[in-house]
Order: sequence, then C-alpha cells, then structure tokens
Amino acid sequence: MLDISLGQYYPGNSFIHRLDPRTKILSTLLLIIAVFLANSAIGYGTLCAMVLLIIAVSGLPFMLVLKSVKPLLFIIVLTLVLHALMGQGEHVLYQWKFIRVTEEGLQLGVQMAMRLILLLMISSILTFTTSPIVLTDGIEALLRPFRVIGVPAHELAMMMTIALRFIPTLMEETDRIIKAQTARGADFSGGNLLVRAKNMLPILVPLFISAFRRADDLAIAMEARCYRGGEGRTRMHQLAYRSGDVLAFVFAFAMIGLLAFLRWGLKLV
Amino acid sequence: MSIKLDHVSYTYMPGTPYEKEAVKDVSLEIQKGEFVAVIGHTGSGKSTLVQNLNGLLHPTQGTASLDGTDLSGKTGEAKQARGRIGMVFQYPEHQLFAETVYEDVAFGPRNLGLSSEEVEVRVREAMKFVGLDFDTYAPRSPFSLSGGQMRRAAIAGVVAMNPDYLILDEPSAGLDPGSRNNLFAEIMALYKKRGIGIIMVTHSMEEAAKYAKRMLVICKGQIILDGKPAEIFLKEKECLLNAGMDVPEVYKLADALRVKGMRLPYEITDAKLLLAEVKRRKGLK
Repeated sequence: MLDISLGQYYPGNSFIHRLDPRTKILSTLLLIIAVFLANSAIGYGTLCAMVLLIIAVSGLPFMLVLKSVKPLLFIIVLTLVLHALMGQGEHVLYQWKFIRVTEEGLQLGVQMAMRLILLLMISSILTFTTSPIVLTDGIEALLRPFRVIGVPAHELAMMMTIALRFIPTLMEETDRIIKAQTARGADFSGGNLLVRAKNMLPILVPLFISAFRRADDLAIAMEARCYRGGEGRTRMHQLAYRSGDVLAFVFAFAMIGLLAFLRWGLKLV
Repeated sequence: MSIKLDHVSYTYMPGTPYEKEAVKDVSLEIQKGEFVAVIGHTGSGKSTLVQNLNGLLHPTQGTASLDGTDLSGKTGEAKQARGRIGMVFQYPEHQLFAETVYEDVAFGPRNLGLSSEEVEVRVREAMKFVGLDFDTYAPRSPFSLSGGQMRRAAIAGVVAMNPDYLILDEPSAGLDPGSRNNLFAEIMALYKKRGIGIIMVTHSMEEAAKYAKRMLVICKGQIILDGKPAEIFLKEKECLLNAGMDVPEVYKLADALRVKGMRLPYEITDAKLLLAEVKRRKGLK
C-alpha cells in the first residue's frame, strides 16, 4: 500500500529541472500543439528527435519516461488495431469479409498511436522534472490573471497543496486501519460488488472520520497563524523568469513553427 | 504453545531507493502466559517486529510461526492461527466504525463465524473486561464516548476475538494518568484470568518495569537485550542509554540513595516499595 510513490517527481538538477514551473507548463502546452500539427513521417520523426533531446537534457532515464506510456498502453494498441483493421483508402493490402487492411489505414493507426505516445511522454517529462509543490506554485501564478473573471487561483492552489500534503498521511492511516480490521478477521476480497462495498465500510468510516478531524485541526492551526486567504500574501519562493526560460520558449515556438511548416509550408514551396 | 520468530528480517519497499531494513535477523520465542514488554526508541523497528509476530507483515526472510504453523501462509490453518493473535494498534479508537459499541465489538466475533448468541456472550465478556457497562454503553454510538472510553471499546473489539496472545502497541499513549491506570488494571486482570500471552510495545520504562515479566530492548532492528526488566534496569543502564532509552525514575532514585550510603535491596520496582523500604530503614512509620 505504501509502495505507491506520490506523484512521479524524479529529483535532479538539470536545465529542465531548473526551469520556472510556468515556463514548463506553458512549453508543455505549446509542444502538445506541435504534436497535433504533425501529419507526416518527417513531422513525427522531428517530434521523436525533439522528445529524445529533451530527455537527454533533463537527465531522466529514458526507460522511466517510456514507462509513463504503460497505463494507456491498452488504448494505444486498440487505436492502432482499429485503424489498421478498419482502414479506408484504395491501397488494399488484405481483405477478409469486413476486415480491410489498407496502407492508409495502417499509416493513420501508426500516426494516432505515435501521437498518444508523444503526448504522454511530453506531459510526463513535466511531472518528472517538477515537484508537485512547485507545480502548484506555477499553476497558481498562471491562473492569477483570471482572478478578474472570478477564478479563485490562490484557493485552488492551496487546496491542491493541502491535498498533496495529506495523501501520504491518509495512505498511512488507511494502511493501519486495514491492518487493524484484518487483525479482527475482516475479509476484503470475494463476494459481489455490493458485498465488497459493504466490506469496505470498516475502512471507510474511520478514514473519513480521521480526515475530518485532521481538516478541523489544520483549519484551527492555519487560523492560529493568521491565514486569511491569498490577499496580500507574500511567498517564500518568488517565481522569476531567467534566460533559460526564454530559451525554452524560443525552442517551443520554434517547434510549432517547424511543424506548421512541415504541414502546410512544404506544399507552397 | 508459543509464537516463534526464526531468523526474521523485514525490509520495507525492497528494490527501491526507499528500501529500509527495519528488522534484522531476529530469533525469538514467546510462550503463552508471558507478559513481554517491547521497548525501543522511535524508528527502532519495534512496531515492525510486532506486526511480524501476528502475520500482518510477512517476513522478507525467515519464518514467523505459531505452534509450528507458518503465519504468512495462505491456508485456512494459517488464517486461523493469525486469528488467535489479537492486535491492538496505537490509538485503536481511530478504527471504530460501527453505529453502536455493540456492533463494533461484535465485528471480530462475527468474522469468526459465530452464532448471534455466542457473539453476544463474547461482547458482554469483552465489555466487562474493559470496564464498560453493557447496558449503558452497548447501544450508544462509539463516537459519543470520551477518549478513554473509546479506547476501551476498541480494545474490547480485539478482546472479543478471545485471542491466545494479545499484542498492544503503546496502549496508554495519549491517556490521562487515571485512565492509564484503569486500562492497565484491566489488561492485568485479563492476563491473569485468561492466562494469555501479552506483548506490549511501550515508550514508558515505568510501565515496562511495573507490569512486564520479560523485556525486549530493540535497537536498529535487532534485540539487544532480553530479560527481566528489573535485571536489565539494574545491570544494563549503559546499554539502555546508548540505545537512546533510560531507566525508570525509581531506579535512578534508588541508585542515588545507594550512592549516599543507604543499603537498599535490588528488588525495588516501584515507588511504593521504595518508600516502604526507606521508611523501614529510617525507622519511620
């Protein structure tokens, strides 16, 4: 139970690790746009090279980043197979009843799968190189302009921070409660869905009670330290753009430009 | 009749950067009818050790067994053996969940598959042992009780399993002195009446000195001392201090008096005995 590592931050001190979280979030969004622009083998090749370059700069083990694809592997394979078997187009390679494998279908399937893999890898590089707390800071800073239309940026960030902070605590608690009820002969496996849900009660009730108790305690502790929301609050770690961040933005926009050129530009030339 | 650990090691999260060996090559035998205190400073591995004793954690290496049955097995026999060892965790009141005290205490016996008459007998017995009046408290919500009463209700839930061995992980943590004394009186009554084995993890040297017949001192995942509390406190003071622990105040006071020239016997285990002895020496009433 306690083996689940929180988030997937991989500590390091690379160029990517040191970037401002706002830069990383925005660049990730820009690179995702770049991925959606790709529509040719050259485009996907460029993107693969780009991801490899970023991984090399970040100092993350390549296999670690590749593993982030695992949770969605089933969907990726399904996408590939469906596109391959239900192909549209003229160059039929194989046909049997309604199954039709075409060159175009295969190509589309590979492209879709590549797109998913690249998206997963790019976004996981963000979470691998940014600790959850810094990420929250970044999100808060990026949401701040939207306060004028009523987005509670600080409150959202505070909620995220608190949630992150309590995940390990609650997991420990869950672990202990499960053990305690197991020692009293509770059985959590077997039975249909309803029986199983009922078996979970001896875990869920104490867990909820303790979560509420902790929330109360935390609220009092925060109030005792004069917390009164985000208004006029200064922070210990000021976010500041540095020259590296400019470089990252230039890189991200260059990628979009390159992919846009590969998509539309080549035809014009 | 004994719980046996044979060269048991336990490692948390093996094969990860967070790997930690909490128990190292421990061999141990605890007989039914023993009252064993387990002491050690925070992080010494005492909680891990006791969870290996009742099959909640399965040793990474070595075996834990009850009367020859491997506790980490998946057979019905192993499950039954685990059921014979009750475990009261730290702050057991945090595990209460049912709508009434009766339902909560009955949870364990019901899981044993007993009939509802038998369950009621068990609940009545267990509540009596922990000093909760059945008619008053059985129909009440456990969450309406005071802290001390909640803890007793939770302990009753384990006692109702009729275990042959009872493991208590810091049973007195967070209780006021009155509730603490009551709790120990009840535990001792249970121990004497049923002749079960009790294994108690504690931070309090005083509690260990007062109640236990045998004491295990854990340091860095290993048992460094194993013997009668009085002997350990008298002879192994250096060793205890090195392991980050201390001897009870009454031993310190007796030692100081001995240094001043008062000839005191070495069987002094609590303040009352010391006071009586001092009065006797000085010819006071």
